[in-house]
Amino acid sequence: MADFNVRSDSVDVEQVMEQIRARIREKRGVDYTEQQIRELAEVKLEKFLDPRGVRSDLLQQFRKLQAAKPYTVPLYPFEESTLFDSHRPIVRFFRRLFKPILKLVFNANALSQSLHQQSEINQQTVERLERLETPLYYELLHNLVVEFTRATIELKNTKMRVESLASRLEFNERRARALESVVVYKADEPPVASERPANRAFSDRGSSDRGSADSGARFQPDHRANRAGDVRPAAEPTSSGAAVSGAPAVARPEGGSAPGSSAAPFPAEGPGQRSRRRRRRRGRRGGASAVATMGGGSGVQPQESAGAAEPSAHDESPDEATSSESMSPVEDARDSRPESFENAFGVAAHPAEPQPATAEDATAQSAQPRVAPDTPDADGQ
Amino acid sequence: MKLAVVVQRYGQAINGGAELHARYIAERLARHADVEVLTTCATDYVTWRNELPAGVEKVNGIPVRRFQVTHEREPFAFGRKSERVFRQQHSVDDELEWIDAEGPTSPALIEHLGRHAAGYDYCLFFSYRYYHAFHGSRAVPTRAILVPTAERDEAIGLSIFAPIFRGVRALMYNSPEERVMIEAVAGNQHVPGVVVGVGSDVPANPQPNRFRQKYDLREPFAIYVGRIDENKGCKELFDFFLAYTKNRTAQLTLVLIGNSLLPIPQHPRIRHLGFVDDTDKFDAMAAADVLMMPSYFESLSMVALEAWALGRPVIANAKCDVLKGQCIRSNAGLYYETYPEFFETLHAVEHNSWLNGVLGRNGRQYFHAHYDWSVIDRKYLDMFARLSKEPATHTMEPLPGWMERRRRTVPASESTLATLPVGAAINATRRAGEPAEGRRRA
Repeated sequence: MADFNVRSDSVDVEQVMEQIRARIREKRGVDYTEQQIRELAEVKLEKFLDPRGVRSDLLQQFRKLQAAKPYTVPLYPFEESTLFDSHRPIVRFFRRLFKPILKLVFNANALSQSLHQQSEINQQTVERLERLETPLYYELLHNLVVEFTRATIELKNTKMRVESLASRLEFNERRARALESVVVYKADEPPVASERPANRAFSDRGSSDRGSADSGARFQPDHRANRAGDVRPAAEPTSSGAAVSGAPAVARPEGGSAPGSSAAPFPAEGPGQRSRRRRRRRGRRGGASAVATMGGGSGVQPQESAGAAEPSAHDESPDEATSSESMSPVEDARDSRPESFENAFGVAAHPAEPQPATAEDATAQSAQPRVAPDTPDADGQ
Repeated sequence: MKLAVVVQRYGQAINGGAELHARYIAERLARHADVEVLTTCATDYVTWRNELPAGVEKVNGIPVRRFQVTHEREPFAFGRKSERVFRQQHSVDDELEWIDAEGPTSPALIEHLGRHAAGYDYCLFFSYRYYHAFHGSRAVPTRAILVPTAERDEAIGLSIFAPIFRGVRALMYNSPEERVMIEAVAGNQHVPGVVVGVGSDVPANPQPNRFRQKYDLREPFAIYVGRIDENKGCKELFDFFLAYTKNRTAQLTLVLIGNSLLPIPQHPRIRHLGFVDDTDKFDAMAAADVLMMPSYFESLSMVALEAWALGRPVIANAKCDVLKGQCIRSNAGLYYETYPEFFETLHAVEHNSWLNGVLGRNGRQYFHAHYDWSVIDRKYLDMFARLSKEPATHTMEPLPGWMERRRRTVPASESTLATLPVGAAINATRRAGEPAEGRRRA
């Protein structure tokens, strides 16, 4: 509430109060006035009391009972002077004249007081009974309907607000995931980044603090990047990834055969398909915790390198390697890392795409027909 | 110039609104005129029991002449009579009996006034609804200046008061709302009148830290000063404040100063300090973030004026026209009618230091422009000068005859009250020769 639009040296209390009332209306969710809510409620009440809907004569009964006066006997007010009063002036005069004498005979004050009290009690009793009967029920019903109407309106608004919040949350989650992956790639991509336009900016920014001592520890993302990096625009064929990973990686142009390979091209598929497939796999495996993701950085590299050195592990796909008995929790954590910005939005292919790990494998694969990568069971799962 | 200040109770220890008002005015006017106070021996406004000796004594250098009250108020009889005149059709005689039952019935005071009327230039009557003001104004109509201190309650609808409002020489109103209400009920626009109010001796340098140390109050707090009574809206204040404390962002504590006639909720954020002296009261108000004024009926809130004089904002009950009008005219306070409004206004004042500061600054300016003692003195002296120049053009209407008084044709006062205008009198027209108390911006 602390924020008002009035931001000058002066203040107009009426304007501030208007803003406060507007805020209250906003909080209620609907710009209905109290009167409007009551009108709405009355409409519902009438509907509820519709003889066709509930009981044949309920509405009539209510109306009749409201209109009828239950107590027809008039209440007799008893005041101090009632005892000596009269509608005839002469009688009243004499009564008042002889009032002091009468008071000598008996205590008229006590009598008058007690009778007055009794009349008050009668009045209160009648009022209480009137309150307790039909009008009470009617009022109760009416109030219930008013509150129910208000609650319904609030519920509707709350639902809309929840939906809005949920969509906002989802968007934020996606954005956060993309940003997290951006941060990961930023620090870990020294040489390859120069070849990948999307990653170049990050590696340029991170190159100054990238020491040789931790290059091993940060090598794993580079390895992944190399595998992912072989997917580049078709007009940019290259095979420099092998120099970075230390392992002979094969550059595979998008949607075509590798340079030098004679036949057996990979079926053409877009980056979005690969990304979707990768997400399906991740969903089956289940994601690792953020702690595992962050903590697995240094421990991943040796096993990853070892895995990369084993041709058998890459015969089918990297996922098969991770699903084998040699898979360690660390590897699992590695695979469930947040995807990169490009992967997430389908700009680049994902490192988990089926690919030959070595030049020999690539040659062998190019020589024999492969299972189509977009076949559901292509990764053996 | 010799003045008589006629009031129901008088004394240094008497802190009722109208009585304090009368004392302040008497002491201020004593600098310009010869002032004598005429009052009763009573100190208790419920029973009017004679507790002080009759005769003359001096209070703060002002001679005070006290008169015996002939009978105490009987609550049962008074309640019954009130019920009759407020709720039922009745007679003028019933109303006269009602005022006699209300008290403080002191025929000796009225007799003294009648006998020594020539000795006073003007008689200032405080509180129109009591015996002394009603009969005193009738005893000396050409010298009577009435300070009505009227609230929006059933008494204003009684038919016996309209001739008083029309018959006195002048009226000193407390607020434009009071003026509009009285003019509507009595049609007395021809009677000279001015909205005056009352000042207050607010210390120039209150010590908020002294108060905080003395009462071990470290947290920010809202303050209520006055009688803690259901009629003052305190029950509603407690309910609203307890609901407010459930909000996580609410940090304020409610500090209560004054005697309590109401059970105070046991809550760590409600602190009742009881009755404190003026030094502590002003220190407390200076230390507070905001003053709460939950009262439904006020003719002029002196506490609100004091808070404004100290640069503190006020949150008032909008059901009280006078308080709402003061907040709007001064631009120094917010007001509420419902709990959501209470929450938002208090939350705004608590968390928006800019708003809090501007409201407080406006309040200080408003107080100095309209309620500084020099302004109040000048209004009274101008009125005396005006009355001394202008001859009385109207007379006090006599009471109806014996038969007429007994005719039960007077409508219930609550029905009359219902016809009176409601709301803050923001656009109330100004009379000729009257200083403006219009709206202002800081």
